[in-house]
Amino acid sequence: MIFDGGHPGNSESKARQAPDRRSGEDWGLTPPPGSCIFLIPARTGPGGLANGANHTMQGTVMFIDLTEEERMIQKTARDFARRDIAAVAEQSNRDGVFQDDIYRRLAGLGFMGMTMPEEFGGVGLGNLCLSLALEEISMVCPSTAVAVSVHNSLANYIIHTWGSDELKRRYLPRMTSGELIGVYALTEPNAGSDVAAIAMSAARDGGDWVLNGSKIFISTGDRAGVIVVIARSDPDERTRGLTAFVVEPVFPGFSVGKIEHKMGLRASTTVELVFEDCRVPAANVIGEEGMGMKIALGSLEGGRIGIASQSLGIAQTALDEAVLFARERRQFGERIIDFQATRWKIAEMATNIDAARLLVRRAARLRDAGRPCGKEASMAKLFASRIANEAVYDSLQIHGGVGYTQEFKIERFFRDARVLEIYEGTSEIQRIVIAKKVIDEYERIFPA
Amino acid sequence: MKVVVLLKRVPDTEAKILINQEGTGIREDGIKYIINTYDEYAVEEGLRLKEKLGGDTKVTVVCLGPAEATETIRTALAMGADDAVHISDPALAGAGPFTAAAVLAAAIGAGGFDIIFCGKQAIDDDQAQVQCILAEMLDVPQVNAASSFEIGAGGAAAAVGRRIEGGEEKWESSLPVLISCDKGLNEPRYASLPGIMKAKKKEIRTKTLADLGFHEVPNRGRSRIVKWLPLPRSGECRMIEAGEPADAVRELVRLLREEAKVI
Ligand SMILES: Cc1cc2nc3c(=O)[nH]c(=O)nc-3n(C[C@H](O)[C@H](O)[C@H](O)COP(=O)(O)OP(=O)(O)OC[C@H]3O[C@@H](n4cnc5c(N)ncnc54)[C@H](O)[C@@H]3O)c2cc1C
Ligand SMILES: Cc1cc2nc3c(=O)[nH]c(=O)nc-3n(C[C@H](O)[C@H](O)[C@H](O)COP(=O)(O)OP(=O)(O)OC[C@H]3O[C@@H](n4cnc5c(N)ncnc54)[C@H](O)[C@@H]3O)c2cc1C
Repeated sequence: MIFDGGHPGNSESKARQAPDRRSGEDWGLTPPPGSCIFLIPARTGPGGLANGANHTMQGTVMFIDLTEEERMIQKTARDFARRDIAAVAEQSNRDGVFQDDIYRRLAGLGFMGMTMPEEFGGVGLGNLCLSLALEEISMVCPSTAVAVSVHNSLANYIIHTWGSDELKRRYLPRMTSGELIGVYALTEPNAGSDVAAIAMSAARDGGDWVLNGSKIFISTGDRAGVIVVIARSDPDERTRGLTAFVVEPVFPGFSVGKIEHKMGLRASTTVELVFEDCRVPAANVIGEEGMGMKIALGSLEGGRIGIASQSLGIAQTALDEAVLFARERRQFGERIIDFQATRWKIAEMATNIDAARLLVRRAARLRDAGRPCGKEASMAKLFASRIANEAVYDSLQIHGGVGYTQEFKIERFFRDARVLEIYEGTSEIQRIVIAKKVIDEYERIFPA
Repeated sequence: MKVVVLLKRVPDTEAKILINQEGTGIREDGIKYIINTYDEYAVEEGLRLKEKLGGDTKVTVVCLGPAEATETIRTALAMGADDAVHISDPALAGAGPFTAAAVLAAAIGAGGFDIIFCGKQAIDDDQAQVQCILAEMLDVPQVNAASSFEIGAGGAAAAVGRRIEGGEEKWESSLPVLISCDKGLNEPRYASLPGIMKAKKKEIRTKTLADLGFHEVPNRGRSRIVKWLPLPRSGECRMIEAGEPADAVRELVRLLREEAKVI
């Protein structure tokens, strides 16, 4: 977003010729898509939008209020998380156990097909609803949210967006029903942030493809029913040499390798996937040969909004726990919530969470409106993941010594938060993306 | 079979209730509303009966409440109820049990029913009266605070259990009947996401007093709430810190005599 006075530097640039009050509109340009927030209340009359009226109003990017439908979805997610997930969260995180049963029940309520159309057993909702669900689940168990996010915003999304009709019919109904958990395998030992460095080979052999190599850090990889894999089909092409495949764990030559022992997200498994002459039918190519990079890039936004939502949930719990604890704890004859040092932390956390929520929901609403949101999704992810880490840090500090023990929830959330700034694109990568888009916008306004 | 479920919108149990300045009700700002907890058991029991009987069994939700109660109604529809009647009229704001029962009777009587499920009480005013008056007005038997329910063979009778001190009572009733539900009767389901989407297309028929044939609020004068008052503040609790029990008692007696002046 180009704010007033946000023009680059104070050099002899063309900015000088611009009017004093600067904004995209003042420059006589249509602001870059999604750069303006129009805040309109969700209720515009008796019953208003809540009664199923068209809520993708043209020109409107964002509602602060949620619609009735969105609130109901949020409530189901909240109730399920606070009763059913909460009942097992502490134990499964301590034991490092993935909760199959929770996923089955989440699927039973529709959470594993949230954004898929009804014809594939989905619910036909948008990213905003998925975001609300992930936030609620993450408030209780961020580990659980990982698989829900990857399954919906990557596996389902990729197969539905680029897959053939046959692939969609074959896999999506069983994915939305929760029978098959979808995972996404991009990262390799030598290809993390640098996706184009993917080395895992895919070679044609008759009607099949043969995959060789390994993927690492794959969330829920050991429980996968469907694996979306990006591999190198052409060693001579860098970005156009990648192809996406659907692999089933029963395909010959596939195996699960090393299981990581992680600092946090301990109820979410993170594993290596090994492909040794793994045969994949040609029909399981997603899109066309050479489209792998396009697919990887095209699914980033949804994944980032997902992790930003997870960050929000973690930050919210950090704040909740801080306030509840500080109200009870007394030192020096006073409740520690009455010390200014505590109150400033609370003010900071609450403000950051609200700001992050606005960024996340803006990105989700833009995406639901089919508008570009790459920059906005990266901003949401960068900011929400950072403030989540600040929030767990401050909340643990407010807890004092007990916050450092497993007696208190904040210890788990402190560990879970760290990875938010690493996966789905590190914070450095988000900054690279944001900076490039911002600078490009300036290039359009003030060509060098 | 026609199943009716009564639904009330009440403040969230977690909400902190404050009386408004005029003493005419509670402060509504910042309060979240939910389905009355006991009514959730009623919805669930209605849905289970429908699932068991199948065929043309229909679950209709009837709610007396302000316009905002549609969200509460919609939640019951998302759980699986078929349709709803929403009695909403500004004149009914703050309606007492008798008034509520009278308008509910008019709405339910018009549509006919075999079983009415409702909560054993509303968790906001805790009066537990509406269903009793309603059953009398409709002239049907009632079993209150049910902890188990079975439909009899052929759907002609109902077997109802009530948990009482030290045991359980078993009742049988002919139909039609009104059954108010207690905790433990069932585990209410969540509104599933597909259920939420389907609920958007289900019908909520809104009725005013006039639609139900009333020219004025029925029997308003029988009883009324005179004023709402906050609870008196509970006094400060003081811990007596003394090593020996005998010392503690001595200190307690001293305080009761000298400070509290009650002995
Ligand atoms: C718990 C967990 C779950 C995961 N789940 C999945 C999954 O399901 N599927 C999957 O494919 N992957 C998954 N990953 C992998 C994750 O996406 C990668 O860890 C992430 O992309 C970073 O890659 P890397 O670890 O190789 O770090 P590197 O890319 O090696 O980065 C190391 C450091 O260098 C910085 N850096 C790199 N390039 C630049 C640059 N150009 N400019 C400035 N700084 C730079 C990075 O920001 C980082 O700080 C998961 C990881 C974890 C920890
Ligand atoms: C791993 C570990 C090892 C330990 N080992 C020992 C040991 O060997 N021996 C031992 O005696 N103790 C030990 N401790 C205890 C440690 O010294 C205390 O945890 C520490 O002094 C903080 O006290 P507290 O935990 O009660 O937090 P609290 O004092 O309750 O503080 C809670 C929060 O309130 C803030 N706060 C408190 N008072 C004020 C104020 N006036 N103004 C502003 N902010 C305030 C604090 O800064 C903190 O953020 C250990 C603790 C841990 C976690």
